[in-house]
Formats: sequence, C-alpha cells, structure tokens
Amino acid sequence: MKNRINQLFEKKKKNIFSVYFTAGFPNLNDTVKIIQQLEKNGVDLIEIGIPFSDPTADGPTIQKSSEIALKNGMSLNLLFEQLKEIRQSVSIPLVLMGYFNPVYQFGVNNFCKRCNEIGIDGTILPDLPLDEFEAEYKSTFEENNLHNILLITPQTSEERIRQIDEASTGFIYMVSSSGTTGAGKKVEDFQKDYFERIKNMNLKNPSVIGFGISDNATFANACKYANGAIIGSAFVSSLKSEFKLEDSISEFVKKILSSD
Amino acid sequence: MKYQVNEKGYYGEFGGAWIPEMMYTNIDELKRRYLEIIESDDFRNEFNQLLKDYVGRPSPLYFARRLSEHYGSKIYLKREDLNHTGSHKLNNTIGQILLAQKLGKTRIIAETGAGQHGVATATVCALKGIKCVVYMGALDVSRQAPNVKKMKMLGAEVIPVYSGNKTLKDATNEAMRDWIANPVDTHYIIGSVVGPHPYPDMVARFQSVISAEMKKQLLEQTGSELPTRVLACVGGGSNAAGAFYHFLDEEKVELIGVEAAGKGIHTTETAATLTVGSPGVLHSSKTMLMQNDDGQITEPYSISAGLDYPGIGPLHAHLHKTGRAKFLAATDEEVLQSVLLLTQKEGIIPALESAHALAALEKIEMKPDDVNVVNLSGSGNKDMETYLNYFGY
Ligand SMILES: Cc1ncc(COP(=O)(O)O)c(C=O)c1O
Repeated sequence: MKNRINQLFEKKKKNIFSVYFTAGFPNLNDTVKIIQQLEKNGVDLIEIGIPFSDPTADGPTIQKSSEIALKNGMSLNLLFEQLKEIRQSVSIPLVLMGYFNPVYQFGVNNFCKRCNEIGIDGTILPDLPLDEFEAEYKSTFEENNLHNILLITPQTSEERIRQIDEASTGFIYMVSSSGTTGAGKKVEDFQKDYFERIKNMNLKNPSVIGFGISDNATFANACKYANGAIIGSAFVSSLKSEFKLEDSISEFVKKILSSD
Repeated sequence: MKYQVNEKGYYGEFGGAWIPEMMYTNIDELKRRYLEIIESDDFRNEFNQLLKDYVGRPSPLYFARRLSEHYGSKIYLKREDLNHTGSHKLNNTIGQILLAQKLGKTRIIAETGAGQHGVATATVCALKGIKCVVYMGALDVSRQAPNVKKMKMLGAEVIPVYSGNKTLKDATNEAMRDWIANPVDTHYIIGSVVGPHPYPDMVARFQSVISAEMKKQLLEQTGSELPTRVLACVGGGSNAAGAFYHFLDEEKVELIGVEAAGKGIHTTETAATLTVGSPGVLHSSKTMLMQNDDGQITEPYSISAGLDYPGIGPLHAHLHKTGRAKFLAATDEEVLQSVLLLTQKEGIIPALESAHALAALEKIEMKPDDVNVVNLSGSGNKDMETYLNYFGY
C-alpha cells in the first residue's frame, strides 16, 4: 500500500492541518478517542507524541503533558497496544513523534515493524540526526514503509536544506522560529524572510510549518508559505481532563479553521 | 591514541552528536573550528597565561604524609581545590570563554549542579564582561546556597529549574532549550565531558592540564612521571578525564574512577551510572545511562550535587567497557567519613564530590611503595552546611 503521507500530499496541496498531542494525556486511555475525534473534525495528519522524561526540544506545555502522561503510566509498549486496531476506524496519516532513547530501548527494528503492522506512516525523532539515521536505520525504515520526517530551522544553511530535501521522503518539518531575531529585525519580518526563502528554494518535498502555531491567524499565515501547519502546544493546552474530549476537540479545530 | 575520540565523535561505541536539527548549526561550527582555535598560538598564549596568573596554576601535587601513614601507601593529592573559585571547573570555563569570544558569541549559558561550574562560568563572564545565565535545579539552589549568592554577586542571572528531580539533569535540559531558542548570539559552556561531540573532547583537552602537571610534578617528587594509580571522582567525568588524560596510553598506570553510590548501588537512591546503567541516548550523547526498560531516564540520587547525574561522559563509558579504567562507587556514608579523615589528618576540607575519590582508598589494595594520586577536584567550602549538620559541630 502506498504510504498515506504521500497520498495526502498528492491529493491536497494547501492548508494541510496537522495536530500533535501527547499520548497518555490528559488520561492514559484517551489516545484512540483523540485520534478519532481529530479525524472526524477534519484534521489531515496527526502526530502522536511518545512521552519522554527529558524532552529537551519541547517547551513547558509539552514538558508538562509528557510528565503527566508518564505518571499516568504511558509507555511505548502500551501505546502500540492502544493503537493496535486504529486502522479499523481511522484512515488519515499517523506519525509517531518522540525522542530517540525510548525507541532505541524498544529496538529500532522492532519499533519499525510494529509501526508497519499497525499502520503508522512516519516518525519524527528530533534527536536522531540525519547522519546516524542514514548510516544505521534508513533501510529498516524503508522496509517498513515508514517515512522519517526531518526538520529544518531558520538557521539551517541552504546547503544543508538541499541535503535534507534529498534525504526526505514524506514531507519537511519547518521549525518556524528560534525565538531570536536577525540583526535589528522584528520576529515577524525575520520569519517572513525565512518562510519566503524556503518557498523560493522550490524543494522537491512538501513542507509543513510547526512550532508557535497557535490560532487561526498563525495557521493561515503559515499556510501561505507551506503546504500546511502543525499545532502542538496550543492543542495540548486545550485538553483538560474535566472537559468532554469530543466537545473541546471540535471547538478547537473549528476555531483554527474559521476564516475570521 | 587508542582512547581518543574519532572523527565522528565516538569513543568506541559511545559518544556522537545526537542533536536535534535546531542545534546543528552551532554544533557543526564548534566541530569544524574547535581544534583550529584551541591549537592556535593566540589562543594557547592567552589560555596558558590565564591558567597561570588567574587560576593560579600549576596546582600543587601534595604528598599527604599522615594520610599515607594511615593507609600504609604513598598518597599524593592534586590540589585542584586551590584553584581560583575552588575547583577544577575553571580550567574548562577559561578555555570555553576564550573559544566563545573567537566564535563571536556575546551571551553565555551554563548548567550547574553543585554550583562550582556555575561559579566558574560566572567568573570568566565577569572577567570578560559577557552576559551570563546559569540554570540550576531548584533542589541544588537550596543545597548549594553560598554558590548561588556568589554567582549573583558575579553578575550572573541564576534561573532555578523546577522540572524532574530539580537537579543537574533538569538544569542541563533547560540550558539546551535556551540554546535552541537563542542559537545566534549564545555559546553554551557545558561543565563536564558530556553532551554532543565535540564537547567531551574539548572539555577533556581543557582539563588535561591536570595530568600534564601531574607528570612533571611526579617526576620531580618521585623520580618517575608515572604513578601506580590515579583516582578521581566521576559525575560527568571532567576532573577524571583531566586527571587520566596523559596516562591513558600508559597502560600500566591504573586508572580508577569513583561514582556516587548514594544510599547504595542496590537501592534506587544512587547515581552510580556505570554500575546500574545501560547504553542509551541522553543530552545528545550515546552513553551509559540510568533508565528503566521503557527508556525513560530514572532520577539519580547523591548527597553530592555535582555527582547527582544519571549519565556519564562517553569517554568513561568507553574506558569502562574496554577495562582501561576501573570504576568503583562510594556511598554518602563512606564519603562523609573520608571527608572527616582528610580534614583531621591533613587539615584539608575536601568537596563532597572529591571525597568520593578519597573513599575509594578504603576499597583498593595498595602496596607500601605504590604511588597513588588522588585528584582533589574541589574545596569543601561550599559543603560546610552539610558537614556541620552531619557532624554536629
Ligand atoms: C569539586 C567537584 N568535583 C567534581 C565534580 C563533578 O564533575 P566532573 O565529574 O565533571 O568532574 C563537581 C561538579 O560540580 C565538583 O564541583
């Protein structure tokens, strides 16, 4: 079967709406329900976060959700167990996102096999660098029809971006900002330059912008420059164990997609 | 050269640069430039000058007569406690601040456990007039209060970290997040031989002055530049890396690293990574880690804030694996006894961290003519409150 990520980007070129959530948060067994509700409300692609004790590339919201998820008892084993039958009810692409160590302890081979069995389409493992991936794991990922999504940032050199584009298969994850502005420039101007620069490079892979996308304005803006955008922290913050998941998810998605 | 890092940043199977793409540009620049910079005449002249006139090097190699009598073997102490700011940490921060200047960086960040690396970083930032931010676990902020005040007086901003166990690992996470958010103007001065390549090698090189001096001093004092064995405590492993460095290829010199056993290696309250750990990836390095079956890092424990870390530098993981160095662990209790012994036999109050190396003297066999060099990595000034509470003076 053709990878669902490629199917999605062939079918839809603009406004791809992608959401990240941390598995095991707010409650241990919310995983399947959250995925189903996101699809039902029109989300195109989901990143399922594997919680890690030391999420060094994440801000406070995802740190907190990861901590709670681990306290709730989430593990990679349990996550695979929860997702075992997900393809009976969900057809949009699913990506697992997390840090390398839990995957390494699970065994990269086993991990890729389980992903394939379940119908996971890709991974985002920020601390698995490109050279290690290519030297050690690329063929295992390919055998299991799994895309390893790579990141670029405002600091990534043109040469490196070309290299990452060459090595990418599903899409490129554009990290929107580093929180630092260029000399004398405002954040927005700096970001606009970066987005335009990448757009003008005409990469062969589609791209999706993530980090700092939090509402319909930032979502719409990101979609001007890339094929879509990923919302993480803002979605995670909207999930509260005292609210009904169905209601808060549909409300959240509507707000992002509303055109005002 | 068997124990040197290879061009990919590995010591055997350990090391590498397991960095998120957000750190790539900075790490790549460091990797490409660190050797060229630190081997330049310009850099070496200023580094050596500062080590001599500012740090106060060479640090003495002191023959501890009464301690030697006590153990029935010759014991020498490498007095890193006499360095400016009271530990070996300044050797590294002097090197890294000069490097940061060459790279055109205008803001420095650091993590700290015991506060010694934080103080050493704040010190060189004051020396060079560069802005300094230090991340410190909230628990360490309270157990190492004098160092927090020193850092502030030196002009650094100290940011307490409330995640995890609120210790060194958590401070390191937060420093990495800061660097990811501030990639252009900031240099991250890592305090030990941990983190992504080239940090472990770079920090080891800056600390290698310790064993370079030992060789000269041993030759003068004993007639041979090689001792029987060298002992050092190991948190991340920088003072041990410095004390071992020039002896690594001298296979007949026994190298002994001492980790913090905390309440004991068979309890969950320990920081003896090599004894209880397994290979994994943390803080951008593949090394030995304390973790559970699911790959989550477990919280370490030690009375000594500077050793309270669930990982270890990849060099030491390799020395352990190859058997080139032996690693022991000392409990809180054993360490406190060694603090008192050194204090009352020699009139030297050691840091809690350094006393782990002293505690190993109880655990090894020593012959009367053996030359044992203990790297006394720091002074006990910062630990006085702990000592007073424990010993009840
Ligand atoms: C005096 C002293 N010794 C040792 C250490 C441990 O660090 P390392 O293992 O890098 O030498 C510390 C850390 O704070 C310290 O302050």
